[in-house]
Parts: sequence; C-alpha cells; structure tokens
Amino acid sequence: MTPETLEALAQRVPDGAMVALPPDNSLPSVALAKALIRRRARGLRLLGVPVSGFATDMLIGAGCVAEVQTSAVSLGEAGFAPRFTAALREGRITVRDATCPAIHTMLQAAEKGVPFMPLRGLIGSDILANRPDWRVIDNPFAEGGDPIVLLPALSPDFALFHAVMADREGNVWVGRRRECATIAHAARAALVTVERLHEGNLLEDERLAPGTISATYVSGIALAPRGARPVALLDEYGMDSAFIAGYARAARTEEGFQEWLARHVTPQAEEALA
Amino acid sequence: MIHPEERLAAALARLILDPAAPPARHIAVGAASPIPAAACWLVRKSGHPVRLSLLHKRSGNPFTEGTRELFDLTGQGRIDLFFLGGGQIDGQANINLVGTGEWPGTEARFPGSFGSAFMYMMTPRTILFREEHSPRVLVPRVDNISAPGLSAPGVFRRGTAQALVTGRAVFRFDPARGRFALESAHPGEDAASIRAATGFDYDEPAHLPATPDPAPEQLALLRGPVRDEMLETYPEFCARVFGAAEKKDAAA
Repeated sequence: MTPETLEALAQRVPDGAMVALPPDNSLPSVALAKALIRRRARGLRLLGVPVSGFATDMLIGAGCVAEVQTSAVSLGEAGFAPRFTAALREGRITVRDATCPAIHTMLQAAEKGVPFMPLRGLIGSDILANRPDWRVIDNPFAEGGDPIVLLPALSPDFALFHAVMADREGNVWVGRRRECATIAHAARAALVTVERLHEGNLLEDERLAPGTISATYVSGIALAPRGARPVALLDEYGMDSAFIAGYARAARTEEGFQEWLARHVTPQAEEALA
Repeated sequence: MIHPEERLAAALARLILDPAAPPARHIAVGAASPIPAAACWLVRKSGHPVRLSLLHKRSGNPFTEGTRELFDLTGQGRIDLFFLGGGQIDGQANINLVGTGEWPGTEARFPGSFGSAFMYMMTPRTILFREEHSPRVLVPRVDNISAPGLSAPGVFRRGTAQALVTGRAVFRFDPARGRFALESAHPGEDAASIRAATGFDYDEPAHLPATPDPAPEQLALLRGPVRDEMLETYPEFCARVFGAAEKKDAAA
C-alpha cells in the first residue's frame, strides 16, 4: 500500500459521511481532522468511540459536522468542549447521546456481522428513553421477567485514527489501543495516519503482531509525524496541556475560535509540527 | 495543615474499607478523579491487597483490549467498586451527567453520561463523589437521568450507591428506602449549613459527628508513596495538594 498525502486521504471522506473517531489519548488523528477542515468537509456524522475530545470540538467549530453520536464530549482537564456546547445550544448539530459500552457493543455487532447485540444496564436511564433505535426485550433464555437492551449493529462509513507505524503492506501498529481495531473492523473503510513507516512486515514480528491491525481493514495511509498532537500518542509523546488549555480559552467565542483556526489549521502549521 | 482533598481521600478510603459493604478486590477509577484515585492508592499503600485499574494511566495501562475491556470486566462482575459524579445528583441517588433543561441539556449541557448508565447498575457498589455541594448540584429531582439510583424489581442490577461524599459532608445511601442519611460533616460545617446547601431531603442524626481528619500515618502515605503513584497522571493535582516540587527541591 502506497502512502498518500494527508490532503488526498481527506478527499476520500465525502460530505455527510459517518466518521468514527477515537477519543483523546486513544490515537485520534488530529492531523486528518485538520485536513478535513481544510477541505471544508460538511455534514459529517461523527461517532465518538466511546467519547469525543479535541478533534471533535475542532471539527464542530469549523462547521464540518451535522451530527454527533457519543457518550461524552470533553477536553479533559481543560474542561467542557466549547464549540460542541455552543453548537448544541444554537441547534446547529444533532446530538445522539449514548453510553460507552453501548457504542462498543454496536460496533462489536458490526464486527461479527450480526444485526444486534444485547447489553446489560441502561434500563431506567433517559439515554435509553431517547434512543428509539434501541429496544428492550425479555431475555429469551430466562424463565421470564428479565428485560435486557438490544442494540443495533453500527457500521461507520470511515474509521479515522493515528497509528504509530505502518508497513509497506498497509498493516498498522496501534499497541494496546485496541478500540482502534474495533472501529477498523466495524467501519466500511479505515483511513490511518502514521508517525512513520516500518521496514519489514509487522505481522511477521511476533512481538508487534498483537498490536497490529491487518491491512485487510485499512483503505488508506498517510504519513503525519506528530499527527496526534496536541494529544498524547502512547509512549511516543505526551499531551500538550498548555496548548489544549489555550484552545479552550480561544474557543469560548466564535471569533476566538476562528482566529485560532486561521493560525493553527493551515498547511504551514502542519509543516511546522513535523 | 491538612488539605481538604486529603480529608476527602481519607473519608473515601474509610468507605472503601467498610466491612459492612461488599468486598472491594478490584476498583476501577475514571479519568478526572484525582481524589478517588488518591483514596484507592491510600487503601493499597496501607497494606490492603486491592487491584486498581486506572483508566487514564498512560504508561502501564491495565487494559490491552481497548476501553471496552473495562465494561466487559464490569459486565462479568469483576469490578467491585466504581466512582461516579454528577452535574446533578438527587435524593434518590439518580445522577445527571447530560445537562439541565430538556434532553439533551438545552439549558446547561454537561459533557455527557460516559459509561454511567452501565457501570452504576453492574458494579456491586458505587461511591458518588462531587466536591461542589450546593443546591444546584444536590437537587430534589435531576432534570435528566444518565443513570438511575434504583431500578424496578426484575431489572438486573448488582448494587447501588453506598455513599455520597462532597466537599462538605458524607451521606450514606439506603437503597431499601431510596434515601440518603447524613453521616458526618467536614470541619467548618454543621447540620444547619449542610441542610442549607442541600436541595434534597435526607435523614440526619440527633448528634452530627465531624468527618475525621486523616491519621498521621495516612497523611504520610498520601504525601509520599501515594503522591509518587499519582504524579504521572495528575501532575497539577499533586503539585497543588501534596507539594510535588518538594522532592525535586530536596534532591537538588
């Protein structure tokens, strides 16, 4: 698999697509999110697996997003996600609230190719009351009187994440962050940015293979050194808390966010990161 | 001087070790929870053999199947205790992490429910923890239920809230009555000040004890080995509460 440019990868995501993103510290591709902003993507339906962070807030602020399905949107220590909160208040996005294990379960159903999977809990929560697509049935294996929730399989159009490395075959290495594998398995296509290329085949290395996602699931790769910044990438680099706090301050207002965007989401800023 | 956070950690540690509660062999701690994390480390460093799974630990994170592993473990009943908070918490121990006003938080939106709708029901016990203790947080009835405090008969549920710990007081929860009882007030508070700051009704003893201070050996553990464990995940908290710079200065 030949690596593409970041911009070419972003071109492959059409307006209106359902895009699954891992949260901060679980290998989000901030680089690809910025490329989607530069290509002026519109109407994206984001799926937080299982929650959403910096990249989601930035995409919402830039007007790329019509809908968010997630279990929470937060900037961690830097507080609430300001552009998400503003867009919800102004009615510019649809928010479909979920709870973390429900998102995993819907993706796991898609991984297995079954139409639904059950999950305990949830009964009595207003999340369930506001999800007409989720059903409660009586456990058919019990004697009766055991209600349980059924969740439909969910296949996002795209999984976007940032891996540490890719090999020439298109296998990518994510270490223990296996939620990226779940998203890649469940999605119709996975577009992956990587820090660097790996010489040799990742699947032929017994130690690297368990943290590798097979090229079977990978549709495109782009090199993006520091592509998770400002969030952390495994043991490669830590979170830039000061940068995120600066974003949180700037993004409190629409004007502040637009200034931040003009300064930080440009091809020049991308080159400076690398 | 004892920091309020140290007193809260000791109060949580006492609840974790409560002999009347189901055993806490494996505790999971979520992201923005430095005080519950400190309480768990205090229990561990006091010599109790508890397994701690810290969700946001960057190096040596215990989960190798992604974040779903926590929920799979909990679904199986392998997590004994979890901590939850709430933008609103009511007198029946319902929690609201979604927002106020109409669904999904048309007045004030909070980040969201995270795993609460599952964890609260699938864990044998939950300690509710929220530092802010005010009528806007502790309400008669939450606007939206992220996770219910009680479940209807027949609905699978392993446990409920054991207690609610705030910046002012400790409450116990009685699931049979669906009601909190005030257990102790932190120094500087009394029965009247707690009543004034609490939006829901609760029971209260004739003589209200003060929440005990941490013992000197607990303080030594918090400021030494507990701080060392927490430094990577919560640097700002450690600097503020335990004085993280001390060690560096001593070494210099």
